[in-house]
Amino acid sequence: MATKIIKRKELGFWDRTYLPAVGLGLWITSRHFFRNMAVHALHLFGFAKNLRGAETYQYPEEQRPLSKRTRTRHRLTKREDGSPRCVACMMCETVCPARCINIVAKENPDPNIEKMPASFDLDLGMCVYCGYCVEVCPEDAIRMDTRILDIAAYSREGMKLDMQKLLNP
Amino acid sequence: MANITIDGKPYAVKDGITVIQAIDEAKIDLPRYCYHPGLSIAGNCRICQVEVEKLPRSVIACNTRVAEGMVIHTKSPKARESQQAVLEFLLANHPLDCPVCDQAGECKLQDYYMEVGLYDPKFDDRKVKKTKKAFPIGPTIMLDQERCILCSRCVRFGDEITRTHDFGIFNRGDRSEIDVCPGKELDNKYSGNVADICPVGALTDRDFRFKMRVWYLGSQKSVCPGCSRGCNIEIHYEKSRPYHLKKERVMRLKPRENQAVNRWWICDAGRYGYKSIDHGRLVEGPLVGAQMNRAGTRPAPTWTSVLENLAGIFKKADPAAWAVFASPRHTNEELYLVKRIFLDHLKWGQVAFHAPGQEGDEDDFLIRKDKNPNSTGASRILRLGKPDEDITPILEKARRGGLEGLLVFGHDLAGIAGPQTLETVRQKVKTLVFEGPNDNPTAAVADIVLPAASYAEKEGTFTNFEGRVQRIRKAFEPVSGSLATWDWLLNLSGLLGMSLKHRGPEDIFEALAGENEFFKGLNYKKIGDQGCLLNS
Repeated sequence: MATKIIKRKELGFWDRTYLPAVGLGLWITSRHFFRNMAVHALHLFGFAKNLRGAETYQYPEEQRPLSKRTRTRHRLTKREDGSPRCVACMMCETVCPARCINIVAKENPDPNIEKMPASFDLDLGMCVYCGYCVEVCPEDAIRMDTRILDIAAYSREGMKLDMQKLLNP
Repeated sequence: MANITIDGKPYAVKDGITVIQAIDEAKIDLPRYCYHPGLSIAGNCRICQVEVEKLPRSVIACNTRVAEGMVIHTKSPKARESQQAVLEFLLANHPLDCPVCDQAGECKLQDYYMEVGLYDPKFDDRKVKKTKKAFPIGPTIMLDQERCILCSRCVRFGDEITRTHDFGIFNRGDRSEIDVCPGKELDNKYSGNVADICPVGALTDRDFRFKMRVWYLGSQKSVCPGCSRGCNIEIHYEKSRPYHLKKERVMRLKPRENQAVNRWWICDAGRYGYKSIDHGRLVEGPLVGAQMNRAGTRPAPTWTSVLENLAGIFKKADPAAWAVFASPRHTNEELYLVKRIFLDHLKWGQVAFHAPGQEGDEDDFLIRKDKNPNSTGASRILRLGKPDEDITPILEKARRGGLEGLLVFGHDLAGIAGPQTLETVRQKVKTLVFEGPNDNPTAAVADIVLPAASYAEKEGTFTNFEGRVQRIRKAFEPVSGSLATWDWLLNLSGLLGMSLKHRGPEDIFEALAGENEFFKGLNYKKIGDQGCLLNS
């Protein structure tokens, strides 16, 4: 194997003095802090609108605006009668690089639809949010547009979604 | 011989064969739907268009005979254009069902569309809908008329192979549809084959319906253990998604072409006979004092301790008071080990394998009366002589209390001689040892139960009724707690102080071939995929 020798940068005199460098860092931090404080204070009174201060969202009270195409938690779309659009073709399961989807198919009572999922399990703990499942679906049955981002659970089991949860996000 | 040229290469082929046969012999891919080498030539799908030089237009390869000096092009622009045009018409009324169609992934329409599809279709008429969508036409097959391309393979199969004349094409033009004849049901012993020969998803298997997409399946070549014909099969098992259908591994069996045995076909009993691989298995590991263990009162012993225990019993056993019921369901290798251990080394006189009264139905096509895959191998290897193969005299002796111990390989004594006999034998025989893959009444009362691997979980060979030695192959690991019979027999032979130094079935078979004149000169390489006949 070819090896590449990386030459570490030697500390110069300025860096070795240590305390002046720390002081410089503190100065940069405080400069930003006081500048932002001043700018936001001016904005409060309606001045200096052309100056832009650093922004902070008060999450979770305040949500950051999301792009229209952001991939968020999955959902299964429904037909007009409320049954899932999914026909259990297993395309999403096949394409999923994380193998987080597990579908079991069954017979649909309507012979013109033929097939439907008996269960549709999705493990959010394994999902990598690549969106391939949405892209590959021939029925527009799975979407990643619920805008749910804060997914958390106390156990691995809690990260798993079944068909009911996917149909009613 | 006729000298012809296909795609620029010269070939010498037999006179009178068709162009498609010559193309198949040359191993060139050519699309085909209605042509099947096992059926008569219909020539109605028209997809196998080839260009023959000096002929004004392209012709179908399946119904054109070769002639001296013929120059054939299968991939020239002219041939391609004809194939594309034909496929366009075949797809005219075909629904876009692929997501819900079980054939997707092994569908010839999909395959050939990739190859010779007209990606810019010119057809914009409305598709003709058939009256009924998917519906069952018998216990094994679903029919979807919309998906049918009217190749008539199933019609010819019913007319020529099973002679049951089940199918017909009804109505005319674009309203023609395939159906079973009115008032009839597709219910014959070979009905499953129509799902195999159907090139599209019109006829699909009800047993496999929606179970799994075909691209998840792994495949292993094997031999059907359902009767002494030994039809060549492929075991299709779940491979890539271990969390699917957790306890079932085998999804379906498909016939494998072998002109000397089953041609392209397999009977339904064999096709759906795979359930015993995943159901009713002995999975708890070896058991001693079976009834107590099954209630879970003490931990299961390990294979090592059970085999040591067995070896101790066998060493002390009186050869005249012990008997072995070997199994004609075991491979040649395992039967050879049974012979070496029990006949040659321990010198037990009472060994038999043939269970009477177990014969089933028979026909003049594939199904054989003897439902064991390796009866021929058992009699050739154990060499007991015809009357001594029968287990009845030994069983009778056991019933009268003449036996101290009995080692049963796979047989169900209750099924052979009735539950009464099993009960008496159980009381009279001090040690009853059972070995087999599946649970049965004999296993339930045995003192020691040894769970064995099924035929899909081990390597080996079967000898069919005409003496053809064919290989079975391991598709997946044995279920937890079980061992292949050859595996534990080898371990046991070591514990008994024998010096069998075989590394596996291939090695054991070599030893068998060195010793037994029927098997002389055979080896796994020679047997290959299509089997090899025994020396007579």
